[in-house]
Amino acid sequence: MDKRKILEVKNLKVFYKTSMGDVRAVDNIDFFLRSGETLGLVGESGCGKTTTGTALLKMPSPPGYIAGGKIILDGEDIIPISETEIRKRIRWEKISMVFQGAMNCLTPVYTIGKLMMETLQTHRPMDKEKAKKIIVKYLNYVGLPDHIMSRYPHELSGGMKQRVVIATSLFLEPKVVICDEPTTALDVVVQAQIINLLKELKEKLNLSFIFITHDLATEAEVSDRIQVMYAGKIAEIGTNQQIYGEQGPMHPYTKRLLAATPRLHEEVEELAFIPGTPPDLIDPPRGCRFHLRCNEVMEKCKTEVPPLELVEEDHYVACWRCTKNAE
Amino acid sequence: MQNDKKRDVIFKIENLQKWFPVKRTMSEVFSGEKRFVKAVDGVSFDIMRGEIFGLVGESGCGKTTTGKLIMKLLDPTGGKIIFNGKDSTHLDKNDLKDYRERVQMIFQDPYASMNPRFRIKDVLEEVLIIHKKGNDKKERLEMVEKALSEVRLQPPHEYMERFPHMLSGGQRQRAATARSLILNPLMIVADEPVSMIDLSTRAEILHMMKTVQRELGLTYLYITHDLSTARYFTDKIAVMYLGKIVEMGTPDEVIDNPLHPYTQALISAVCEPIAGKVNRIKEVPIKGEVPNATDIPEGCRFHTRCPYTGEVCEKGEDPLIQDDGGEHFVACFKYKNLK
Repeated sequence: MDKRKILEVKNLKVFYKTSMGDVRAVDNIDFFLRSGETLGLVGESGCGKTTTGTALLKMPSPPGYIAGGKIILDGEDIIPISETEIRKRIRWEKISMVFQGAMNCLTPVYTIGKLMMETLQTHRPMDKEKAKKIIVKYLNYVGLPDHIMSRYPHELSGGMKQRVVIATSLFLEPKVVICDEPTTALDVVVQAQIINLLKELKEKLNLSFIFITHDLATEAEVSDRIQVMYAGKIAEIGTNQQIYGEQGPMHPYTKRLLAATPRLHEEVEELAFIPGTPPDLIDPPRGCRFHLRCNEVMEKCKTEVPPLELVEEDHYVACWRCTKNAE
Repeated sequence: MQNDKKRDVIFKIENLQKWFPVKRTMSEVFSGEKRFVKAVDGVSFDIMRGEIFGLVGESGCGKTTTGKLIMKLLDPTGGKIIFNGKDSTHLDKNDLKDYRERVQMIFQDPYASMNPRFRIKDVLEEVLIIHKKGNDKKERLEMVEKALSEVRLQPPHEYMERFPHMLSGGQRQRAATARSLILNPLMIVADEPVSMIDLSTRAEILHMMKTVQRELGLTYLYITHDLSTARYFTDKIAVMYLGKIVEMGTPDEVIDNPLHPYTQALISAVCEPIAGKVNRIKEVPIKGEVPNATDIPEGCRFHTRCPYTGEVCEKGEDPLIQDDGGEHFVACFKYKNLK
């Protein structure tokens, strides 16, 4: 695999302005994405995974704003670039996104062909015939026949609409595609079909994916590396093998989240769960953000924030129990 | 023991049907033709007392409609519902109130199923007022307190004064469960009770529901699309496809030894948190999506997507559901040759 880092995020902070103070939705996170790999972002709702995704396109949803950090895409920091420039060169050209629920937001009065044409011609003014050819090519890539172009969204099934959205995110040939819960609203059989499609496209078009979901089981199927987030911070990053393999994850949060995921072919008398709820991010707790719900808490966790440290190759953990300087 | 349990049927559903009429085109109006969405098309099953019965399937398979028919929120087009030995297919107003006292429902969305202007105690007390329970307010509030402690919202008086928005998703679903318990029902219909709840608390809610069920000897109808939680939570699973049950049995039988090709496909499609599957394409034997319920295929309704389809499957009637032995039912012409 190509080991080049196509995307690098350093000290990224994304806050939401509210009358009660800033909600620190993403608070000082560092990670990278290698060319040709899928990185899974996983965590409970409100942990900052979608916020991270939209920030990477430099379009945090208001009242959110990027409060600091660097987003280095293909060797270039995109934070200082002006909005017009971003639209022209970066967004959709180099990095695109399949938004959560986008398949239900296709304009109902446009045909699929017109919808896709609009996106394409805004970026690449070209004659209709040529544009049509490109659209057909990408529709075929995602496994849809040509005549879909003349259909309206309501005539398509959920899986077909999701395929249209994926095709739309691809035809400007971006290098990085962010998929936000692309399979959550779909039935299991269709879910598996979309997952297979993403795997095929990754090979065929040499794409790098960021796959956002709350479901650890889906993540095991698609992601080469998994990044677990909790309350706006990264708890653990590890390879598929490190998180789901024999040895299992290291961070107590990942361990317990995995234990709470039901398995189909295993008889369990009682599923584990994590008591309590994630903290308020306007005034996050001191120390480790997970310490209030953690069963392995130490004195140090209550006062000092654990840094994200490399514990073995490709395995990063932010927990005082796992770092080398643990007492 | 087994035989005793067998006879203690709390719900007997016989050939239940619900057809929704479709808006007709002008030519259909003149020709007198009628079209229907056959959401539930001949479903039969028994629910034993003290059992958790799971109804699983993809969206549009009719599982929620079945739940609504059992709740009497919809009137069936055909078939029978026998509850506690009494035919409850059609009920008048008084009987219906009586019925609802004993059959309660937990809805999918704990955010939408509570009035945001009511405090939790009002949400729960309202049920008692409607059903004329308790002599005065004091007595009713005691019942509210008891119901809240049953679902482990401790201490109850602290939660009683709160508004729904002041609770987390998990706490809200607990309060919703308390609301359905307050009338001491025999049976609870739970339609996707945990699908909107975060993973870390999902197991907690299921665990609480199971504990309450055991303590109070309740019967559940658990409706879900999620086979993994169904396996953990239920005593019996029925798999639905396009308005019919295709397979039914204990979770161990249905999930570890599926007989119907549709169940086999569903199970192969479920994602599991196991390492080493990233670079493999997942084998799912069936293609396409569920056909439109206005236009159900002739013969076995699954034959258009079935990898094993043959001549017997494509014409005539649906295959009947039959016992393969050991209370494992399957509706397929060819299942014996698939093994």
